[in-house]
Amino acid sequence: MSTITWKYASPQHFYPLAGKMIPWFLALTLVFGAVGLWLGLFVAPTDAQQGQGYRIIFVHVAASWMSMFLYVVMAFWAGVGLGFNTRLSSMMASAIAPTGAMFAFLSLWTGALWGKPMWGTWWVWDARLTSELILFFLYLGFIALQAAIDDTRRADKAGAIIALVGVVNVPIIYFSVMWWNTLHQGASVSLTKGSSMAHTMLLGMLLMALCFWMYSIVMTLLRVRAIMLERERHTEWVARLQEVQS
Amino acid sequence: MTTLGVFLAVVRRDLLVALRRKSEVLTSLFFFVIVVSLFPLGIGPEMDLLRKIAPGVLWVAALLATMLSLNRLFANDHADGTLEQMALAPVPLGLLVAGKIFAHWLVAGLPLVLIAPVLGVQFDLGSRPLGVLMLSLLLGTPLLSLIGAIGAALTLGVRGGGVLVSLLTLPLFIPALIFGAGAVEADISGMGAAGHLSLLGGLLALAAFFAPWATTGALRIALE
Repeated sequence: MSTITWKYASPQHFYPLAGKMIPWFLALTLVFGAVGLWLGLFVAPTDAQQGQGYRIIFVHVAASWMSMFLYVVMAFWAGVGLGFNTRLSSMMASAIAPTGAMFAFLSLWTGALWGKPMWGTWWVWDARLTSELILFFLYLGFIALQAAIDDTRRADKAGAIIALVGVVNVPIIYFSVMWWNTLHQGASVSLTKGSSMAHTMLLGMLLMALCFWMYSIVMTLLRVRAIMLERERHTEWVARLQEVQS
Repeated sequence: MTTLGVFLAVVRRDLLVALRRKSEVLTSLFFFVIVVSLFPLGIGPEMDLLRKIAPGVLWVAALLATMLSLNRLFANDHADGTLEQMALAPVPLGLLVAGKIFAHWLVAGLPLVLIAPVLGVQFDLGSRPLGVLMLSLLLGTPLLSLIGAIGAALTLGVRGGGVLVSLLTLPLFIPALIFGAGAVEADISGMGAAGHLSLLGGLLALAAFFAPWATTGALRIALE
């Protein structure tokens, strides 16, 4: 087990493995996405209070989950890269960040689209919306810091520190924002109201979350392959690759 | 030299350096004053409204003023090689960094605390809220210096570092802003500021423990 793990910790061996994994995860993305959207858009019953507009929940909730989950995964890989000085871990962290930021943005955007018909406003300073916005800022900080440093080793390590500081801060920020909000106006709009939702709705949401999860894996692997090629372009194994030679 | 001796030596040196460049110190202080004074001009002179927004305005201005002074923390020492000597010194770098952060607070944070009541009076805050405001800034500005030091160390010698440091540190300042401004608002509304101030103190203790450590790690990366 451990020899296999360590073997694939080197870019040289992970590159072809990632290439083989991408079509499988892409297929899973399409299957989960097709079934999830079908359930969400056609099968799930119309909500009594919110009408058809609520159906954006199938994208919105899954995107929010993924944005939070990906930040933790990114910080984990960055931390491993910092602690054990493994190149591939840091590359994984850099590869995850744009997808995570995209999901945070998607979550905010769909949240606004949902808020307009439901609450009559594009934006409320709800605790969840606000902390999602701050999470988006944290992603941007990570990406901007890595982009500003030319030396990749330094960029990896600096990014790891800011990602780890962010992970420590995310719960603090979340609870402070929650408290701030309840102090101001009491619990006004709660997104957890729909806990009594129909089973098909829950299933659709879970399938969409799985779809986004698989999509994140596909995008991360694609991106990490590009990063590997870019950083290891002077090595022999890259020169031997078929796609590089042709 | 004892641990405290090393700490105090760094603080004294940084204060001396700051004293020789008075204009830099005064610039961020006046920035604070000007930003706070701009709000009534933009919003209008209704005292009821101003009283309501005063804690938030003062706190946001303090955040921005602290952020502007962050590049002073390590940049000059990095440019003239002092920082490398510090990293090579036979004392823990974390201790030196803690001294530098403390000196930064004395130069950049403490003046804000002292001038805040004058600005608060412009917003018609009563004497009790003014006291709470000072207390919240007294607990909050060291927190800002500690968190900001991590950002300053990470962006050391990076192109566009000045703008980048704001992107990195401002989101992390948010809890300090919420509890700091919240303390004053809670006091005005009669709920009592003790809870907010305790949380602010807790965050300060947490940051005082972790931030010098993270900053040291970031500095070592920058010096590699």
